[in-house]
Amino acid sequence: MKHPYAIALDVGTSRRNLTGSWRTLRPEYVDRLPPCNNACPAGEDIQGWLFHAESGDYEAAWRALTLNNPLPAIMGRVCYHPCENACNRASIDVAVGINSVERFLGDLAIEKGWAFAPPPSESGKKVLVVGAGPAGLSAAYHLRRLGHQVTLREAGPLAGGMMRFGIPKYRLPRQIIDAEVKRITAMGVELVLDSKVDDIEQAMKDGGFDAAFLAVGAHIAKRAYVPAAGAAKVLDAVQFLRSMEGEAPPLLGRKVVVYGGGNTAIDVARTARRLGAEEAIIVYRRTREKMPAHDFEVEEALEEGVSMKWLSTIKTVDGGTLQIEKMALDDKGFPQPTGEFETLEADSLVLALGQDVDLSLLDNAPGIVIQDGVVKVGPDMMTGRAGVFAGGDMAPSERTVTVAVGHGKKAARYIDGYLRGEPYAAAPKHGLASADRLNSWYYEDAPATVRPMLNAARRINSFEEVQGGLDETNALYEARRCLSCGNCFECDNCYGVCPDNAVIKLGAGNRFRIDYDYCKGCGLCAAECPCGAIDMVPETI
Amino acid sequence: MNEIQKLKFYQKGTLTVGNRLVDEAQRNVQASLSRSNSLTCGHRACQGCGEALGARYAIDAAMRASGNNLIAVNATGCLEVFTTPYPETSWQMPWMHSLFGNAAAVATGVAAAMRVTNRAGTRVVAQGGDGGTTDIGFGCLSGMFERNDDVLYICYDNEGYMNTGVQRSSATPPAARTATTPVLGDEPGNVFGTGKFVPKIAVAHDIPYVATASVADLHDLEMKVTKAMGFRGARYIQINVPCPLGWGAASHDTIRLARLAIETGLFPIFEAENGRFTHVRKIRQRKSVAEYLKLQRRFAHLFKGGKEDPRVARIQAIADRHIADFGLLETPAGAA
Amino acid sequence: MLEQLEGSKAMAKVIGLCRPQVVCAYPITPQTHIVEGLGELVRTGDVQNCEFINVESEFAALSVAIGASAAGARAYTATASQGLLFMAEAVYNAAGLGLPIVMTLGNRAIGAPINIWNDHSDAMALREAGWFQLFAENNQEAADLHIIAFRLAEELSVPTMVCVDGFILTHAMERIDIPEQAQVDTYLPPYEPVQVLDPEDPISIGAMVGPDAFTEVRYLQFYKQQTAFRLIEKLAHDFKKQFGRAAGGLLRTYSMDEAETVVVAMGSVNGTIKDVIDEMRADGILIGLVCLITFRPFPTRALQEALSHAKDVIVIDKALDAGMGGPLASNIAIALRNLAQTPNMHSVVAGLGGRPVTKAALHRVFRQAVIQPWDGPHFLDLNERVIAREIHRKGKARRSGPSAENVLKLLERERAEKIAAAEGTGR
Repeated sequence: MKHPYAIALDVGTSRRNLTGSWRTLRPEYVDRLPPCNNACPAGEDIQGWLFHAESGDYEAAWRALTLNNPLPAIMGRVCYHPCENACNRASIDVAVGINSVERFLGDLAIEKGWAFAPPPSESGKKVLVVGAGPAGLSAAYHLRRLGHQVTLREAGPLAGGMMRFGIPKYRLPRQIIDAEVKRITAMGVELVLDSKVDDIEQAMKDGGFDAAFLAVGAHIAKRAYVPAAGAAKVLDAVQFLRSMEGEAPPLLGRKVVVYGGGNTAIDVARTARRLGAEEAIIVYRRTREKMPAHDFEVEEALEEGVSMKWLSTIKTVDGGTLQIEKMALDDKGFPQPTGEFETLEADSLVLALGQDVDLSLLDNAPGIVIQDGVVKVGPDMMTGRAGVFAGGDMAPSERTVTVAVGHGKKAARYIDGYLRGEPYAAAPKHGLASADRLNSWYYEDAPATVRPMLNAARRINSFEEVQGGLDETNALYEARRCLSCGNCFECDNCYGVCPDNAVIKLGAGNRFRIDYDYCKGCGLCAAECPCGAIDMVPETI
Repeated sequence: MNEIQKLKFYQKGTLTVGNRLVDEAQRNVQASLSRSNSLTCGHRACQGCGEALGARYAIDAAMRASGNNLIAVNATGCLEVFTTPYPETSWQMPWMHSLFGNAAAVATGVAAAMRVTNRAGTRVVAQGGDGGTTDIGFGCLSGMFERNDDVLYICYDNEGYMNTGVQRSSATPPAARTATTPVLGDEPGNVFGTGKFVPKIAVAHDIPYVATASVADLHDLEMKVTKAMGFRGARYIQINVPCPLGWGAASHDTIRLARLAIETGLFPIFEAENGRFTHVRKIRQRKSVAEYLKLQRRFAHLFKGGKEDPRVARIQAIADRHIADFGLLETPAGAA
Repeated sequence: MLEQLEGSKAMAKVIGLCRPQVVCAYPITPQTHIVEGLGELVRTGDVQNCEFINVESEFAALSVAIGASAAGARAYTATASQGLLFMAEAVYNAAGLGLPIVMTLGNRAIGAPINIWNDHSDAMALREAGWFQLFAENNQEAADLHIIAFRLAEELSVPTMVCVDGFILTHAMERIDIPEQAQVDTYLPPYEPVQVLDPEDPISIGAMVGPDAFTEVRYLQFYKQQTAFRLIEKLAHDFKKQFGRAAGGLLRTYSMDEAETVVVAMGSVNGTIKDVIDEMRADGILIGLVCLITFRPFPTRALQEALSHAKDVIVIDKALDAGMGGPLASNIAIALRNLAQTPNMHSVVAGLGGRPVTKAALHRVFRQAVIQPWDGPHFLDLNERVIAREIHRKGKARRSGPSAENVLKLLERERAEKIAAAEGTGR
């Protein structure tokens, strides 16, 4: 014996005592669905790409981002970021500025010329994508990544669809669209412009396509019946915004009235101000609260001097005079005519009452069902005609760029499954990483980075971008505000707080493992996990 | 923009044990893949033991600061019993237990031996619970202080004699139920106006370094142990270590309670050098004492029948006094 | 080198020659002069590489020594009386941990009533603590025993107490031979611990031991003490060879030729006893002496050999176990109980709290033991008149007050009465 019996002991011998047998609850690492990811119509793994951005590895962040969305510079500008509305950080201070980081990454990628890798192998299958709007571009990109040969046919002279012809320049500079489209075509997607598809069956047969994805958008303005007399200048929003892409801007006059309450109405009013209209008045039949336009857009329009006339409908147009009927909301919140009238002077009236889809290309396709002016698709985005899928504005959904990009990705996956004969099955979703699972102590309060706003006066006189971008330091800062809800970010808390050293660190990127030989099940690791990535589950005996 | 950047640049990971965004060399001991773990697995501490946690934090930090050239002396108590029941020890360093009340003196002897045997590089820590420190070991502690012996004494303060079955010590807070301060009579629980706060007494010895710390703030704790190891002479750190058993709290609430003890002001976190207070840790999110007390069955009698006993206000007054005396709140910008 | 020195000073010098590395000092009469002397030697540099630590209590004194010893240093302290009791917990602890600390005990009575003078109550109170206990007969031996004590303690890893009668030895000037450093160094090699706190080779010392191993730990302590006898005799033998004079060992006999009556005693009282024996031998009485040096471990076999031919054994105790009698007498009775012919045992309690043990009283009691033996302990020179009056007084009232103060009053009155009587006869 090296030392006196019993009173002195060899070090570390307690490891023989396996205290794991005391446990009634066992900690288990889990991955939960972050609310941002859950809310993203484009199906982005936002938390996943923010993780890379946090360490300043922007290229990795951009690559992770573009696994789901090939248009980050565009989305970083026009997405209505439902992710930020869902962000748990809002319960601590202010939501993470996900959208602005996305834009930063998108712009950086353009600046650095980062390109998408070509597919590792070719499938030999051909897919026709109709419409080079956000849904079509997204589908073409994902299909190409999956190794399919893609032809993207666009009726217009330029790619971008409603992003180009429906969103004003001050929100989305055109060189951004061009750059992101170019990156997709550089992967080997064949883009054919000025090439309207009139008959999908014929087009597929002619091109020998194995499948098709239709995303022709909604370009036909809805016309409400407004009796017009005299030399009234009445035009629709689609026509108006599209003409903004032409050589000569349309002439609207000094006083412009816009009829409608959606984002398009706002875009028109703001564009009109930029074109020199002294007055831009939005007439809408319901209240501001009921307006479908996003609140921040309404706010920005008001700042720019756009005025609003709520609870009003236009009954007749006579030369420069509009007859307006006042409305009142009934018990159910619907506007009802009051019989009270007033007049409004206007040099022109722009109708922004929604858009319809031109579905004539489907006339000869068997089995396709059209409902409420859009194409009926299954959960796999396939129409009633096998091998023909549809998405974007022509399928039933919210009509936003983000939803369209999501449709493109989703359809591409199902098309791929269809072509391979192995129907695609989406991985089951994890439970939601709700705010009550966070231990917010570990996150220091921090102010949101406020995007520098061009001042309102300057905005009115130009078509410069309204939203400025982040620079590198504040993009990093913003990214680091992510709480990593529901997913381990290797903060070492569990490793540090275990009184029994029963957490084994597996090294960077490999997370941790519970050493059940010694874990007594106290639950400290779960309680002190900042992001709620550990569950305590009853031990089965 | 720059204005905003000048504000706290805290993000995810700043307050956690580790932070992948921090330089490897700057990371703390407990985040290290190859941490030394002087106190290893298989010990018999209760589930969620704050003392086991505090001891590992403190001793690992001291080990790193000394280049693993460290000897520990331990007073009788939970830590001693749960780490070294024959035939097993959880320590992976030279460690010695003698008696309940003499850890400081034994450590003095060890330190003296180091000097006379040409091993002055070997550093000495003594450790004990609050009973072994503030009560029975107080004479030896004070002696070690006044002689300025080269010992870092660490007191793991769980506010009572937990090893013997939860009896009152001079560190037990007022109103707390213990086995010797039952919830009976006119003044249920521990009596108000009794007890002592040894860190202040330590400061009065004018020793090189005194600090309080908590298992709720590992960064602060490690920093203080490391700093203490940078001094020669007598040093004292009292660490607040909640005891799930003795406090009647859930085992997963140990750190939460320690955090609340700080954020209420009940356990002030400060440093002092050579008899002068040099630093306090400000309260970050001020909490009421009721929030802290309600999590503990030893205070359950203060909230019986859904009503708040007037004693809660007296405890709040103690917290408020700490806040005022130690200046625990952030001074508003511009204020003197 | 021969020097005329106070006992404490001599001990300090010799302890210094033993190269202690950590010396813990806390004042208590009558050991104080020893640590004072050591402190001076450290300050003057006569004792080098030694930490002299002024601690805040005896409990700390021994605790510091425990830490130092466990960390591999040669540790020394000294105490007496109340101080020993104040450190009692640590006394047991040092033995249980097997730390070879050497401690001088300046033997002194234990209060209450508080009393600073000599008896063996302190040593006897902790005779079961697991230390070796050596008793010095005179100051030369008091000094010499320390050299032996360090060697003994360290060879077996058992703490050792050198018991020296307070005042009688500690404060007495005697001519003492102080050895040379080289001699001591030859006899006493540097401390080589069997267990040590060392970051290079860590162990945990002082584990909690349950019923599964506690008996074995205790047995090993017992075993070590039982196997120490031969070593103690060897160390005495070596000492004589090295230093040219006798010191230590288990016991020393005196005038044992055909002794029918044998006195057994420990410490300085043996000097007086030897004088009495010489005088009684001159009167033709066959009386001898066993001077017990090693009280722990208790040398049963050596005592049996020494006392097997005696008809009467008189044991002088300088301590009292109030519920039993003389502790040494009890120990010796046990040691002799299995002899073929058990001698008659006579227990004498003497010299409590510094009461002088006079030759006259010893003459009286040695003679009486043979011709008029008594039961239980005999209290030498007990003032029976005072006892009778105090017992009577206490019987009269419930609130009779403290005996100690009352006895002092009675003695005062007695003295006054004597003076008055003398004056009366003078008139």
